[in-house]
Amino acid sequence: VFPWFGLDIGGTLVKLVYFEPKDITAEEEEEEVENLKSIRKYLTSNVAYGSTGIRDVHLELKDLTLCGRKGNLHFIRFPTHDMPAFIQMGSEKHFSSLHTTLCATGGGAYKFEQDFRTMGDLQLCKLDELDCLIKGVLYIDSVGFNGHSECYYFENPTDAERCQKLPFNLENPYPLLLVNIGSGVSILAVYSKENYKRVTGTSLGGGTFFGLCCLLTGCSTFEEALEMASRGDSTKVDKLVRDIYGGDYERFGLPGWAVASSFGNMMSKEKRESVSKEDLAKATLITITNNIGSIARMCALNENINRVVFVGNFLRINTISMRLLAYALDYWSKGQLKALFLEHEGYFGAVGALLELLDSA
Amino acid sequence: GGSLTKLAYYSTVQHKVARVRSFDHSGKDIENEPLYEISVQEEITARLHFIKFENTYIETCLDFIKDHLVNTETKVIKATGGGAYKFKDLIEKKLGLKVDKEDVMTCLIKGCNFVLRNIPHEVFAYQKDSDAEFRFQTNHPNIFPYLLVNIGSGVSIVKVETEDKFEWIGGSSIGGGTFWGLGALLTKTKKFDELLQLASKGQHTNVDMLVKDVYGGAYQTLGLSGNLIASSFGKSTTADKEFSKEDMAKSLLHMISNDIGQLACLYAKLHNLDKIYFGGFFIRGHPVTMRTITYSINFFSKGEVQALFLRHEGYLGAIGAFLKGAEQDNPNQYSWGENYAGSSGLMSTSPDVYPMQRSRSGTFDMLEMDRLERPLVNLPLLKDPSTYIPDTVDLTDDAMARKYWLTCFEEALDGVAKRAAASQPDSVDALERAEKFRQKYWNKLQTLRQQPFAYGTLTVRSLLDTREHCLNEFNFPDPYSKVKQKENGIALKCFQSVIESLDSLGWEERQFALVKGLLAGNVFDWGAKAVSDVLESEPQFGFEEAKSKLQERPWLEDSYSQWLERLKEGPPHKCALIFADNSGIDIILGVFPFVRELLSRGTEVILACNSGPALNDVTYSESLIVAERIAAMDPIIQSALRDEKLLLVQTGSSSPCLDLSRLDKGLAVLVRERKTDLVIIEGMGRAIHTNYYAALKCESLKLAVIKNSWLADRLGGKIFSVIFKYEVPCK
Repeated sequence: VFPWFGLDIGGTLVKLVYFEPKDITAEEEEEEVENLKSIRKYLTSNVAYGSTGIRDVHLELKDLTLCGRKGNLHFIRFPTHDMPAFIQMGSEKHFSSLHTTLCATGGGAYKFEQDFRTMGDLQLCKLDELDCLIKGVLYIDSVGFNGHSECYYFENPTDAERCQKLPFNLENPYPLLLVNIGSGVSILAVYSKENYKRVTGTSLGGGTFFGLCCLLTGCSTFEEALEMASRGDSTKVDKLVRDIYGGDYERFGLPGWAVASSFGNMMSKEKRESVSKEDLAKATLITITNNIGSIARMCALNENINRVVFVGNFLRINTISMRLLAYALDYWSKGQLKALFLEHEGYFGAVGALLELLDSA
Repeated sequence: GGSLTKLAYYSTVQHKVARVRSFDHSGKDIENEPLYEISVQEEITARLHFIKFENTYIETCLDFIKDHLVNTETKVIKATGGGAYKFKDLIEKKLGLKVDKEDVMTCLIKGCNFVLRNIPHEVFAYQKDSDAEFRFQTNHPNIFPYLLVNIGSGVSIVKVETEDKFEWIGGSSIGGGTFWGLGALLTKTKKFDELLQLASKGQHTNVDMLVKDVYGGAYQTLGLSGNLIASSFGKSTTADKEFSKEDMAKSLLHMISNDIGQLACLYAKLHNLDKIYFGGFFIRGHPVTMRTITYSINFFSKGEVQALFLRHEGYLGAIGAFLKGAEQDNPNQYSWGENYAGSSGLMSTSPDVYPMQRSRSGTFDMLEMDRLERPLVNLPLLKDPSTYIPDTVDLTDDAMARKYWLTCFEEALDGVAKRAAASQPDSVDALERAEKFRQKYWNKLQTLRQQPFAYGTLTVRSLLDTREHCLNEFNFPDPYSKVKQKENGIALKCFQSVIESLDSLGWEERQFALVKGLLAGNVFDWGAKAVSDVLESEPQFGFEEAKSKLQERPWLEDSYSQWLERLKEGPPHKCALIFADNSGIDIILGVFPFVRELLSRGTEVILACNSGPALNDVTYSESLIVAERIAAMDPIIQSALRDEKLLLVQTGSSSPCLDLSRLDKGLAVLVRERKTDLVIIEGMGRAIHTNYYAALKCESLKLAVIKNSWLADRLGGKIFSVIFKYEVPCK
């Protein structure tokens, strides 16, 4: 029964995937209730919903066959704080009359379960976050990205001139370390489709970058924060190894360019007064990214895995962080570890939820 | 360092020691002569001093060094840390010495190894909100390998495998500098200490996104802890809300501490290490950061790794730089002991813990370590040296016992000062020095009331040792020397008649009489207040009377029957090691007859006495004279000494208690050579306050008379209750 939705309600963002069937027969069209039709039209004919909902058109998967049906998969996101409005809209559009199951994952599936029931007269099917994530990653990688590779890496990450994005074949994915960077970070070791474990996590994630940027620069969107960061110089904010030792610290094999102390220069009043907001945004981005890289690297070593896949919405339009992760993993592991990325960054949990819906049907 | 200067220097200290020397008795009227001669001599010992003060006083410090540079050979001064660069010119100009800069990390690790090896209770775990916030660890005989996590402006993680082998295995740029720099930006608060103050008042839950913020109320059903932080600063992702400075500082503190703890755990796991020591200015003396780091390590290691801290962490670099400079003297070949009299306690400068003290002493802090004449090692017979804890009661833990003993030592203090003054009737300033001693020890006791953790685990032993150190500091090296001399003289006169009466007994009665003699001798203990009162008022209190005071069998702890059975049925012991207690009646009429019986059974005896004086305990040099005099009266002792069946050794200690993990190396060698299979420990200090629960690899006998009614009460007995504990290790 249509409609087919998968929902991932995170701490900051709600990710929604919607399967738009393109093989609807005239007969079906006839039978399709008005509600359903209007939802389909509303979602597919807009790229923005309300003031905060956005459809990532560039990520749309075309001509996908799912459960014997052909159609397009749409990727939509909006802030979690607009969840009540979303439920309200569902209620107004009499979503509940469609007698469909709404599969949801993420912490919000629990947090908003009651609201869905009381406000929207909807019963949520709550799904495990990590199960969905892995399911989604494996599925999307297997179907590819409209004929292109879903997975990619950066060649020559340590060489800014020669660094380039190249497709990566993830046909034999196991074992892999999956690092999901949302508001916080979860790190999973995946040994097979069913066999995985959560290795660790850190609270220093996308939410920390954005939260600190808001406090330090007064910015109000993630995009704005990233944009400022792209114009900043973090070496004015951070204390580098060369700032302390005048060059490399040879005793420990530390290169002079390495950050010795994040925000270390900000201990001095003069330097605090001379940095720009852009510098601060950049330093925040570098700090959080390097830290995630460092924890991921340690986990990979402890788990004896050499492929690290980074996903999550922190990486959306965030080339600085991706390149830095690729660089850091390569440099500090002396080429032993490879950082991989996926085009659909933050949507895998929602895709997994959709797949659960179809599996259960 | 960034704000503090730590100075390490080596000095020779001249102080008075009491020496005994046997008279030449030939042709003299020995009846009316004292047994031996006591003289007070000047002795020169080596001492390491460590001083810590704010950088603003650097010039005063350099003046001090200039005035005390007695060794004109000195051409260089070793310096490490950021300030080594900053103050190089000033130091060179003022002192006329060349500044030799040493690598920070190398110094840190050298210093760390040094304190781990030489200072008992150097290491502690920190538990906020528990009765004993500081949990001190006993020194493991093997300190390697360990992980040192130094949290300065950044974080360095170093794996230390041996004295000279260490490796930087990782680090993080998120450290103390991040807390300080980012904290200053967020809160407009400039000083590190003030930021910590802010953090300790804040609520991080207003700024951080918690698991329960993401999951709503459902986290419990999922087995998640709702209070875990899902995203640090995850609630500040808005431009239109104000956050309090306190809350932001707290959130930042958690973020950084958790991150460091997590990385430390990951590195510990990768390198298979379970000891992590934390240091650096982020940690130094700050309960707030020790608490958050401890929490983080517990969380990320699931309790498998313990966050450990060091009492003298702030001195590591200076100690290391000093050791580098003193390499040709090889300071590592010696054993060193912390001098409690000359050291300010842990956190003596922390405003959080002791505001009173801070206002008085500023940030001035010091540590003194005495070079011991001989190296100290474990008793080879300890069952498990890594878990051996000398002390029976941990007073940091046991508030009631702590209160009692601190009061007890306070009440006894006037008497001790008086006796110290009286022991030097010919000295003009004895009274004045005794008063200074009284003041100093009184202050130490007050500090310990406030900060029981100041010098490691507080124990009766540490209280006694601190008193000895303070007495020495004011040149009362041996206040009991004359008392001991007199008592030894009196007891020697009785020796033969005691032996005759013992020899007239049947075998079984004799064994019991010997044990009673040992116990009765032990009643003569000036260290115990109840006894010193009796002794001072009733000088005739004799050996027989002491016996009559003893508790009748069954004793409070009584395995005498098993002991007798062992003597009767078992083969003679190969070699017995006896730790002697008091001078006079104890050693001469209690221990020596017992030794004589063991020798007659064919058991060799190693008699161990203290190297230096403590209370009325018999010292090694006194024991030599006593043995010589007994040998002159008794052929069994005489031939045993001659044939080296009876060996007198020193313990390496000057404490009224006994730490079996720090004993003279010569003793340990002998114990091994002679295949010692019996250890006898006597006296309250050595067998009850310490070693009551010590497990040994061989048979052991612990005996004492409880001469303190509070302690007797605690153990379920009365004053003069008897402890006779014969233990056989399980196979």
